[in-house]
Amino acid sequence: MLTLLFDGVAYGMLLFILAVGLCVTMGLMNFINLAHGAFAMLGGYLTVALMQRYGVPFLMCLPLAFLASAVVGALLERTLYRSMYKKPHLDQVLFSIGLAFMAVASADYLMGSQQQIMQLPDWLRGRTELFADTPFVLGMGHYRLFIIAVCAALTLGLQYVLSATRFGSRLRASVDDPRAASGLGINVNVVFAATFAVGSGLAGLGGALGAEVLGLDPTFPLKFMVYFLIVVAVGGTTSITGPLLAALLLGIADVAGKYYIPKLGAFIVYTLMIVILIWRPQGLFVRLGGKS
Amino acid sequence: MQKRYFLSALMLGVLAAYAGTAVAEEKFKIGLILPMTGPFASTGKQIEAAARLYMAQNGDSVGGKKVELIVKDDTSAPDVTKRIAQEMVVNDKVNVLAGFGLTPLALATAPIATQSKTPMVVMAAATSSITQASPYVVRTSFTLPQAAVAMADWVPNNGIKKVVTLVSDYGPGIDAEKYFKDRLLFNGGQVLETLRVPLRNPDFAPFLQKVRDLKPDALFVFVPSGAGAALMKQFAERGMDKAGIKLIGTGDITDDDILGGMGDVALGVVTSHHYSASHNSPLNKKFVAAFEKANTGLRPNFMAVGGYDGMRVIYEAAKTTKGGSGDALLSAMKGQLFESPRGPMFIDVQTRDVVHNIYIRKVEKVGGQLYNQEFDTLKDVKDPGKTK
Repeated sequence: MLTLLFDGVAYGMLLFILAVGLCVTMGLMNFINLAHGAFAMLGGYLTVALMQRYGVPFLMCLPLAFLASAVVGALLERTLYRSMYKKPHLDQVLFSIGLAFMAVASADYLMGSQQQIMQLPDWLRGRTELFADTPFVLGMGHYRLFIIAVCAALTLGLQYVLSATRFGSRLRASVDDPRAASGLGINVNVVFAATFAVGSGLAGLGGALGAEVLGLDPTFPLKFMVYFLIVVAVGGTTSITGPLLAALLLGIADVAGKYYIPKLGAFIVYTLMIVILIWRPQGLFVRLGGKS
Repeated sequence: MQKRYFLSALMLGVLAAYAGTAVAEEKFKIGLILPMTGPFASTGKQIEAAARLYMAQNGDSVGGKKVELIVKDDTSAPDVTKRIAQEMVVNDKVNVLAGFGLTPLALATAPIATQSKTPMVVMAAATSSITQASPYVVRTSFTLPQAAVAMADWVPNNGIKKVVTLVSDYGPGIDAEKYFKDRLLFNGGQVLETLRVPLRNPDFAPFLQKVRDLKPDALFVFVPSGAGAALMKQFAERGMDKAGIKLIGTGDITDDDILGGMGDVALGVVTSHHYSASHNSPLNKKFVAAFEKANTGLRPNFMAVGGYDGMRVIYEAAKTTKGGSGDALLSAMKGQLFESPRGPMFIDVQTRDVVHNIYIRKVEKVGGQLYNQEFDTLKDVKDPGKTK
């Protein structure tokens, strides 16, 4: 029982890290980036390649995955995405889904179509059981524990940056009213570019962390696009806490659903999403007062 | 008047073209249709390499004709396979169609084989019903029920009574579940639960937790080979082996092609299959060595052996019929009994399906590399899908 909850939380945390970048670009910058998963895939492949071919330790790979995805994100933002900000949403969707397909094809070409297999260091492989032989037995895979720890730290960090630092307030100002913000001397372009890069970087980090649990093959961006969009749709796009709770809810519901009703397992998540969206079409958590 | 000249000129042209094809008939053409790109590219790669190896070893002329191997990529899309097969039959006038990486691809092509009376050698696809789709289908790969049933026969005699099955929710998975379950129940075993996992399943955790709580003696698994690696890893991570649950399945989950990359989590997994690269016979040792040499160290898997044996069946039939085609070629394929790298095999005359030994294997480390080591044999297993 507790084990299930634990697995669900770990899964949810992972989804959150993967999707948070999308929340930022979609909610704050009002840009629909369906190619978001491609950045996650980049991080994942980079980690696998570094570990397998160059023997880089796993812990080193994580920041590298973040950096590489962020740099690629920043480059693409400069060259491709920028011109799409002002376009209608349909154009953005078509453009970014095209990018996603290109990423799938490139990954297939470069790395092959098979599932990538990652070898974790030994200290992350074990499993600890608490309260064994009681109904409340809690089995924790060390790797999942690690995921939860990393993701929780990141969430706190993000929350802090967004709500308590100068950059956070600039970002919020740029989003609420770009014209007024630039009038006040904020370089809106730089703020957006940095935000986009960090969002992509987080996706890359999520991909690196998730390669072990979620599997990694060239269809990754498309396979998880649905999950990202559910997190964003259910959580609302205007805060960090919304998507976090949505991701946790999704993770726990998915795991519990598959455990208790395996035959319906795949549907639980979607049913939940529909119910929530009927109940609150704007998502669970909506910040009032912003321009939307 | 002029019209008549034109007509006779046309006739001449047609005759000339006809003569042209008559010259081309001196070739024995094999149309090999494989998925060479996309998620099943490794299947195509293995089979093509095996087919070329067979030709390199046995010469490129047979029954007095020169063998021409035409390889085309169908990207594992059934409509493409069908179109290519059509072109090969109509334009290239192939004597035999071969390849077929997946069941839908083979099924899409079967009507063309029937209409054009072209023998069709299935080298990979493993659903039982394929040989019934056309009287011109001959199979040299294996059928999934063969492997599943063999496992269900082996299990009760080896201290495993209660089993949970976990399969990917698609055709072959459901086939494996059905045949395994039926045979195990027949043998007096128990199936505690049948779990079906969505094909695009991101995380096995909840299913494995369920299995753990059900406490069976073994977990029978059928998932696509890539997902198999992830499953084994999570199986080990969840400490299920320590909880006394064995992991068993058909050989697809420990495919030789990717077994090397799976790492130690695969150790001790028991599977049933018709071919392992470590099969202990002089013929197989020769085959593996030649295959690895020709393909920069790539290890042949069960797909490769299906392709290799398929070429053998085609070559021998071509020899008997002096490079014939149609029904003559087909009947020369039926009933071939020979020694394959996998062990003895036989093309059943009635069903045109393969009959061979199914081996029970365990993943072990041999010389630093993981191999499926065969330790038990079920002799001459027929496809159980046909006995009903």
